[in-house]
Amino acid sequence: MSRVAVLKGGRSLERQVSLNSGARVEESLRRLGHEVIELDVGHDLVDRLVADRPDVAFVVLHGRDGEDGTVQELLEVLGIPYTGSRVSACIRASDKVLAKHAMRDAGIPTPDFFAFSETAFRSLGAAQALPAMSSSLHFPIVVKPARQGSALGIKFARSAGDVPTALIAAFSYDTKVLLERYVAGRELAVSVLQENGATRALPIVEAVPEQDAFYDFESRYEIGRTRFICPAELDDGVAARVQELALAAFELLGCSVFARVDLMLDVETHEPYVLEVNPIPGLTETSLLPQAADAAGIGFDDLIARIVAAAA
Amino acid sequence: MNDQPRKPRSAAHEIERYGALFAQRTRVMKSSAMRDLMALTARDDVISFSGGLPDTSTFAPGFFTELMGRVASESMARALQYGPTEGMTDVREVIAEVMEAEGMTVDPDAILPTSGGQQALDLVCKILIDPGDVIVAEAPTYPGAVPTFCSYEADVVQVPMDRDGMRIDDLREALAQLDREGRRPKFIYTIPNFHNPAGVTLSLERRRELLAIAGERELLVLEDNPYGLLRYEGEQIPTLYSLDPDFVLYAGTFSKILSPGVRIGWLVAPPPVLRQLVLGKGSADLCSSSVSQYFIAEYFRSGPWMNYVRSLSELYRRRRDVMLDAMAEHFPREASWTHPEGGLFLWATLPDYIDTTDLLARAIEERVAFVPGRAAFVDGRGGSSMRLNFSGVGEDEIREGIRRLGEVIREQVALYGTLTGQSLGERDTPAAGPAGPAADPTPHHDNVHHLKHKRAG
Repeated sequence: MSRVAVLKGGRSLERQVSLNSGARVEESLRRLGHEVIELDVGHDLVDRLVADRPDVAFVVLHGRDGEDGTVQELLEVLGIPYTGSRVSACIRASDKVLAKHAMRDAGIPTPDFFAFSETAFRSLGAAQALPAMSSSLHFPIVVKPARQGSALGIKFARSAGDVPTALIAAFSYDTKVLLERYVAGRELAVSVLQENGATRALPIVEAVPEQDAFYDFESRYEIGRTRFICPAELDDGVAARVQELALAAFELLGCSVFARVDLMLDVETHEPYVLEVNPIPGLTETSLLPQAADAAGIGFDDLIARIVAAAA
Repeated sequence: MNDQPRKPRSAAHEIERYGALFAQRTRVMKSSAMRDLMALTARDDVISFSGGLPDTSTFAPGFFTELMGRVASESMARALQYGPTEGMTDVREVIAEVMEAEGMTVDPDAILPTSGGQQALDLVCKILIDPGDVIVAEAPTYPGAVPTFCSYEADVVQVPMDRDGMRIDDLREALAQLDREGRRPKFIYTIPNFHNPAGVTLSLERRRELLAIAGERELLVLEDNPYGLLRYEGEQIPTLYSLDPDFVLYAGTFSKILSPGVRIGWLVAPPPVLRQLVLGKGSADLCSSSVSQYFIAEYFRSGPWMNYVRSLSELYRRRRDVMLDAMAEHFPREASWTHPEGGLFLWATLPDYIDTTDLLARAIEERVAFVPGRAAFVDGRGGSSMRLNFSGVGEDEIREGIRRLGEVIREQVALYGTLTGQSLGERDTPAAGPAGPAADPTPHHDNVHHLKHKRAG
C-alpha cells in the first residue's frame, strides 16, 4: 500500500470544511490500508513534502491556494503524483469568470453575466456602467466573488440600490467579481467521475433549503438545514440533459478524475444552466459527491480508493 | 481481525441516521459561516481583537506554583475529590468578599458557585425557560448568551441601548407590546457595567427605573456583572443587586479578576430560585471543579487580591487608551464607536453599506480580526457593527491591528464612494468620528420604537 499525504486545512476561508473533509478522507485511507501523512497546509508545506516523500498527495483543500492550481503546481514541481484535476483545469474551474467565458464560448448554457475587477471601478469609472448592466441582466442579480469556492460573499441585489453594497461584500473576498442573472429554480449538483478514460455523470443531487429562499453558506454545510434528494426527481429527458451538460462542462474545462458541477434548473423553462464546476468538491458528511457516489453504489471507501488509484 | 475499525455506513445513510436523531433545539443553535471565519482568527499570524481574553500572562508563575503547592500539601485528596453541588464554603465566603468590594452585602449561603459565568446563564435558562418563553435582552447582547438562549428555544426581545445603557422607554414599549400579545417575559438580561459588546454602562437613574419595573411586574432581572471591578475612570455605580435584591439574579465570575481557566463563576438568587438552580446544576455537572475551588480559596487567603485587580485595570486602561487613540487616527470619519469606562470591549459601528461579516474575511487577509456585530443579535441586526477587545492584545499590536483594520474600512468606504458616484468630500454623512461616550451602540437605522423580537436562532 502507499504512503498518502492528505493536504488539508490551509489558509483559505474554507479551512474548516477542508479539515472536516480531510479527517474523513484520512479515516478512509487508513481503512484501505494506506499509510497516512496528515498535512495541514502552511509555510512548511514544501519542506514537509520533501521530508516525508509521500507516494501520492490527496488534495482536499478548498478555495484559494488549494483548489486554484497553486498547490497542484508545487506538487508538479516536486514530482509527487496527486489526486484530481491538473493545474490548468484548476485555474480555469476555480475562477468563475474564466469558467463562464469558456462555457459561453462553447455554447454551454450559463446564466448571463458581467465581470469586473476592483480596478475597473476604482480607475475606469465602471460604476457609470452599472445601470446598463442592471437593465441587461434584470433584477434580482446575484453578485459573487470570482474565486471563492463556497457561498461566502454571494449576495442578492433585488434592485439597483442593493448593487453597491453587494459589490462591496463580494470585493471583501476577491478583487474580481461577477454580476450574474438570477435563475429561479431548482438547485442541482452533478458529480462526475472519470475512470480508465471513461467519464460518467453520477446520479443528480437536488438541494432543497429547508428555510431560506437562498442556498446560503450555512445551510450548505449543516445537517438539518438543507434536504438533499438523490437521485433528484426529474423527467428522464431533463435528467439526461442535465448530466450531459455537466459532462460537457467537465470536459471543456479539462478536469480529471472527479469534480462537481452545480446547475440551476429554470423553474419556468425547465432549461438547465451551469453555474460552476468545483474541481475539489467537499468530502464531509453532508457533501454531495459522496452522496451521489453512494446512490450509484460506490461507497465512500470505494470512492476514495478510485480517486487514489487515478492519481497521476 | 477483531480490532479493525468498524466500516462506516455511507455518507447519505449517515446524514439520515444522525439527522433524524437531533433534538429540535439543535436546529436553532447558531453555528455558521461566522464560526468558520472565527476559526481563522485563531491563526497565530492574525492580530485578534475577537477574543474576550484577560491577559493571564501577568499572573506570576512562582506564585501559581506556590498556591498549587499548598493545595497539594494541605488538601490534595479533597481537591481531587467530588465536592458539594452548592460549592465549597470557603469559596462562597470568598465570593461574598468579592461582592463586598462592589458594595454588596450577601449571605454566603445565598451563593451558588458555577462552572464559569456561562453556566450561570445556562442554569437560569434551564430553570426558567420553556420553548417560546420570552427573554428581554439588550441590543446588542453578549454574543455568548445568544447560543445559550437559542438552545433553550427562547423568544428573545432585544431592547436598544444608548450611551447610558438599556433605554428604559424602549423597555417599557417592549413590555407593553408583550402585554398586548398576552405574553410575560421570564427575565430581563442585562450587563449593566461596561457592557459586552457595547462598552456602555447603565446609568444609576436607569438602574432604579429598571428595578422599579421589575418590582411592579414581578419580573426577574438577570444582572450579569463580570467586569464591574475593572473600572478605568468615573465613579462606581451601585449594582442592581445592591440597590434592591428582591427580583435580581446576580451572576459574577472569577474569569476577569483572576482566571477564566479556573472556570468558576457564581449566581446569587432568592432562596426558592436558588434551590431550583442547585438541582439544575446537580443534573448538569454534579459540582464545579474541586481543584479550581481549592486554588481560589488558597489564592484569596494568600493576600490582598485587589492589588492584582488594580494591576490588571491599569494594564487594560492603557490598552483601551491606545486602541481609542489608534481608532481616532486610522478609522474613517464615517465610523463611530463607544468609549468604555471599564471592561474589555468597545463597539464600533460602520456605515450600513458595510457588512462586517464580509469585512472580516477581508480583514483576515490583512491579518487582523474582530467579532462581527451580528453575533450579538438574534435577529440578523448588527450587520454593520463590530466588537473589539483591547484587553488580550499588547499595545504595539493594538496600534498595528487598528491601523490594518482602519485601512480595510477606508478602502471599502472609498469603494462605496466610487460605486455610488459620491466622492468622499461631498458625502452627506455626519462626521461621526471618534464619538466618545456619546456613540450609540444601536445602529441608527434601527427603528427603536418598533418592537423586534424573534425566536432565537
